Amino acid sequence: MKICVCVKQVPDSWAEKKLTAGDSTLDRAAADRVVNELDEYAVEEALRIVEAGEGEVTILSMGPDEAADSVRKAISMGAHAGIHISDPALHGSDALATSLVLAKALEGRGFDLIMFGSESTDARMSVVPAMVSARLGLPQMTFANKVEVSGSNLTIHRVTDYGYDEVQSSLPAVVSVVEKTNEPRYPSFKNIMAAKKAPMETLSLADIGLDAATVGLANAWSEVKDFAERPAKAKGTVITDEGNGAEKIEEFLVTQKFI
Amino acid sequence: MATPQHPFDLYAIDSLFNDEQLAMRDAVRKFVDDRIKPHVGQWFEDGEFPARELAKEIGQMGMFGMHLEGYGCAGTDATSYGLACLELEAGDSGLRSFVSVQGSLAMFAIHKFGSEEQKQEWLPRMAAGEAIGCFGLTESDAGSNPSEMRTNAKRDGDDWILNGSKMWITNGNIADVAIVWAHTDNGIEGFVVPTNTPGFKANLVKHKMSLRASITSELVFDNVRLPASAVLPEVQTLRGPLSCLSEARFGILFGVVGAARDCLETAIDYQLNRNQFNRPLAAFQLSQQKIADMAIATGNGMLLAAHLGKQKDQHLLRPEQVSVGKKNNVRMALEVARESRSMLGGSGITLEYPIIRHMNNLESVYTYEGTNEIHTLVVGQALTGIAAYADYKA
Ligand SMILES: Cc1cc2nc3c(=O)[nH]c(=O)nc-3n(C[C@H](O)[C@H](O)[C@H](O)COP(=O)(O)OP(=O)(O)OC[C@H]3O[C@@H](n4cnc5c(N)ncnc54)[C@H](O)[C@@H]3O)c2cc1C
Ligand SMILES: Cc1cc2nc3c(=O)[nH]c(=O)nc-3n(C[C@H](O)[C@H](O)[C@H](O)COP(=O)(O)OP(=O)(O)OC[C@H]3O[C@@H](n4cnc5c(N)ncnc54)[C@H](O)[C@@H]3O)c2cc1C
Repeated sequence: MKICVCVKQVPDSWAEKKLTAGDSTLDRAAADRVVNELDEYAVEEALRIVEAGEGEVTILSMGPDEAADSVRKAISMGAHAGIHISDPALHGSDALATSLVLAKALEGRGFDLIMFGSESTDARMSVVPAMVSARLGLPQMTFANKVEVSGSNLTIHRVTDYGYDEVQSSLPAVVSVVEKTNEPRYPSFKNIMAAKKAPMETLSLADIGLDAATVGLANAWSEVKDFAERPAKAKGTVITDEGNGAEKIEEFLVTQKFI
Repeated sequence: MATPQHPFDLYAIDSLFNDEQLAMRDAVRKFVDDRIKPHVGQWFEDGEFPARELAKEIGQMGMFGMHLEGYGCAGTDATSYGLACLELEAGDSGLRSFVSVQGSLAMFAIHKFGSEEQKQEWLPRMAAGEAIGCFGLTESDAGSNPSEMRTNAKRDGDDWILNGSKMWITNGNIADVAIVWAHTDNGIEGFVVPTNTPGFKANLVKHKMSLRASITSELVFDNVRLPASAVLPEVQTLRGPLSCLSEARFGILFGVVGAARDCLETAIDYQLNRNQFNRPLAAFQLSQQKIADMAIATGNGMLLAAHLGKQKDQHLLRPEQVSVGKKNNVRMALEVARESRSMLGGSGITLEYPIIRHMNNLESVYTYEGTNEIHTLVVGQALTGIAAYADYKA
């Protein structure tokens, strides 16, 4: 079983996110960079699948030079190899371009399973897994909270508003997981030390056979025209109960259109 | 108002360590944030903690005996071990004690002085957290001077018969194996004693006001019969237990910096968010002096620890240098804890906040693994050539 897990490096979700004034892209220097949390669940699920049988887990990420740290971090959970796609032309790529790059990098590598988190914490489009599956012509097994592989068959529980759907497909397939699938492990010290020596490919656009004119900010299908900082939190109103507290609260709720 | 800097950023502390060391530190920090900090106040209150469950998780990460080679141990450098202790102790000194005693005392003793058979039998299970160890040196009448110990082992054919008792033994009641130091005809020897051996008994020390999220026990040996293979073959003097203690003290001199950091972070955060006299407490000059002094004390302690870590990684670290680190950093942490405690006013005395727990814990850390006084005298001896704690020999 050969599994590839796509992980995105994102700003720490606790940190305040800022956009760069010049080109309206995310200011990645402003916050600590971490592995997108849901992608850790995907790594955990992949490791459990190979540990229950046999196989290898490869980590794939597209992102600036620093994203290599996130590939190593994911490998230190116990994965075996990493692929990092990095190219100055990728700056500002939209979801369509991201999925193109990932699909191109995955092509011809013979992965049985390509796994994703179902959503990033920064852009939160929740579309990259579906786009990659469409580009590769593979079954789209998204939003899974349970993943079971048996032979060359795959069964997932897809989370829905009303519960879950059981969905089956053959392998190879694309899977995205939600946070209820498992509890990601802490990297072990042995794996942290081994991650340093794990094979890591660093590839440019040319290496994967893509033209710079298909990606990047200039080729995004939509454009951020303008943005404004969220207004500072206004001070709350304190209502002192002088026998008419309930009325005061009702008045407030009406002005806020809650009732 | 500008964004407040973290006290460690003041010293650019991260620049002292390599990526691998930082990755291990971050893994332990996350474990402590997720699994320890939310519960440890309650464990302290109840005087118990889920040792077996935690041992498995800590073992999976590779923290037990992490700086030892082979036998299922991770084989990291000493600085990484120190940083792991620091993050554990930012959670609770009891948790760090649990890991120190297992790795630096019990496992280290077997690793350094044990037979191949003893190593194979115990180290992989202890590294995985499936077996828990304790280390019995102190007795009720032999604390700072362990050579006065009364516990003894006598030959009976090929076997040994162990008699006596040990006091203040961390992990005693939950241990699967005890490393027990005793007088023999050969000198002072260590014994690997499975705790289910007939005649072995552990009694819980109750009514502690410190290290409550840690088990402390009295061990009693009543004609405990052990096979010849139970003795640690490679040492017959006090150098045995003392070299184990030197390992554990190295973890402590890093660990307590974590406790100090946690107190300081809590105090700064509290004083930024509580207003009196129409401004945050942190806006008063008296507060800022406390914060600045504590940040400098903690940062200096961190620099000292990192320096001693480098010395140890180059196999240059001497026992009196460990004494400098243990003495300075534990006292520093205790002072930071006391000052931080006061900065929370009434809130500072509850287990809602970690400070008073750290403060009480640090009283044990001040005493165990060589009291503050004994380490002072070790440093004094290094500087004068005279051992004030031993029989005076000119
Ligand atoms: C301010 C701002 C404006 C934006 N404007 C646009 C816009 O106008 N049009 C547009 O199409 N997009 C826009 N984006 C989206 C941005 O380009 C996306 O971050 C990017 O394309 C990936 O999509 P996502 O993070 O939403 O992925 P999601 O679909 O939420 O991610 C799901 C999963 O896909 C995988 N994945 C995602 N990215 C990567 C990666 N780089 N490497 C490896 N795996 C990955 C991970 O497993 C992740 O969990 C904007 C983003 C920002 C912050
Ligand atoms: C919570 C806890 C856990 C422990 N865990 C373990 C364990 O796992 N294994 C183990 O073997 N031990 C353990 N200990 C024991 C610990 O190491 C001893 O308590 C310590 O060595 C001090 O011994 P004592 O209590 O007998 O004090 P004493 O030696 O009686 O000292 C009392 C006071 O006299 C001072 N003093 C003693 N001699 C001198 C001198 N020459 N000059 C000046 N002052 C002196 C001391 O500094 C101290 O202030 C633990 C202790 C505690 C509190």
